Amino acid sequence: MIRKTVANVTDALAGVKDGMTFMLGGFGLCGIPENAISELVRLGVNDITCISNNAGVDDFGLGLLLQQHQIKKMISSYVGENDEFERQMLSGELEVELTPQGTLAEKCRAAQGGFPAFFTPAGYGTEVAEGKEVREFNGKMYILEEAFKADFAFVKAWKGDAAGNLIFKGTARNFNPCMCGAATITVAEVEELVPEGELDPNQIHIPGIFVQRIFQGKDYEKRIEQRTVRQK
Amino acid sequence: MLDKNGIAKRIAQEVEDGYYVNLGIGIPTLVANYVRDDISVEFQSENGILGMGPFPIDGEEDADLINAGKQTITALPGASYFDSATSFAMIRGKHVDLTILGAMEVAENGDIANWKIPGKMVKGMGGAMDLVASAENIIVAMMHTNREGESKLLKKCSLPLTGVGCVKKIVTNLAVLEVTKDGFLLLERAPGVSVEEIKAATEGNLIVKGEVLEMSI
Repeated sequence: MIRKTVANVTDALAGVKDGMTFMLGGFGLCGIPENAISELVRLGVNDITCISNNAGVDDFGLGLLLQQHQIKKMISSYVGENDEFERQMLSGELEVELTPQGTLAEKCRAAQGGFPAFFTPAGYGTEVAEGKEVREFNGKMYILEEAFKADFAFVKAWKGDAAGNLIFKGTARNFNPCMCGAATITVAEVEELVPEGELDPNQIHIPGIFVQRIFQGKDYEKRIEQRTVRQK
Repeated sequence: MLDKNGIAKRIAQEVEDGYYVNLGIGIPTLVANYVRDDISVEFQSENGILGMGPFPIDGEEDADLINAGKQTITALPGASYFDSATSFAMIRGKHVDLTILGAMEVAENGDIANWKIPGKMVKGMGGAMDLVASAENIIVAMMHTNREGESKLLKKCSLPLTGVGCVKKIVTNLAVLEVTKDGFLLLERAPGVSVEEIKAATEGNLIVKGEVLEMSI
């Protein structure tokens, strides 16, 4: 077995530098790599580009990196719910590239699977298509979108083992599996790092080959963005 | 005239047995409350669940189980979870039968604008561009006019587009309309609303053929 386990988040993020491009899993605050984000704040790396569906809220998730002005550019599909983000975007401090959500996911999956680009109908005839190659297939119009290139992917899983195999929980799965193996180095943090042989190979969502480093995460807050309930 | 729940109720009549349905945020979310209970339908939320259920009972909410509006939800028996690329494969690959979403403007050729107002904070398109570009069965749920009383059914959209020529049907507080190659075909009137009132509230070409019946909801 090839071992991917590292001792802690500091070892997991070794090699992270200013100016790099990072992929970060999560949808809203659900399934975000909380430990990796905290470490990026502690390291103080600057001028980074973040590929992430959302940009967190003011005081949690990627909002923590925005507060420290560490992010140069965000590539996302939806960036509401964050006042500091809005302020930096309107003042021109922060560059923002808005990408349709399915295209964002596929640009990750393409990088993971070795495709340089793909055609999608999403965004045809809109400003998203500006400057992109357009082609017709079977009477329908498509635009060419290129795979992402990133230095690190930071993902969060529910369970993992020393081989880097991952299992996700609920809708915390979202972009995490698509980003595994889509960057030069994939770092997985897990709620529960189990001994080898404990995960059923039939149940694994992401095989360890897509993961370079795995560590036992800690102190998960798992904040809920919109608590909606009904009465009994 | 219909209120938001009335619009949702009328759209629920379009949901058929065996449909996989994606509901947008706002009025479309309400549609789930009015689907007949003698048919089997599964709701997809594009962040990664099929078989989405109602909000959880107070105290049972799970941070790892939310919908695309980031609200806590539940999963019904038979539900499944999946990653974002698989989720949009369901949408792009036309496996989802019906998409219901809101709009700021719809044009008589089926163009839709619902993500950006120039000069205002742009939050992003989320999954809307993927949904409208791919789905064959798209129903727009919206008010017929905006807060200033201006028509939202136009000859041409004035706002940045989300998709081109994609809307098939529109249900507003005033009417049910179908997008045809000649313009908006008036199918039904909301209770107590006249054809003249609908005409006055529609800037795009409105086609009225014969007697237009009042909708039954």
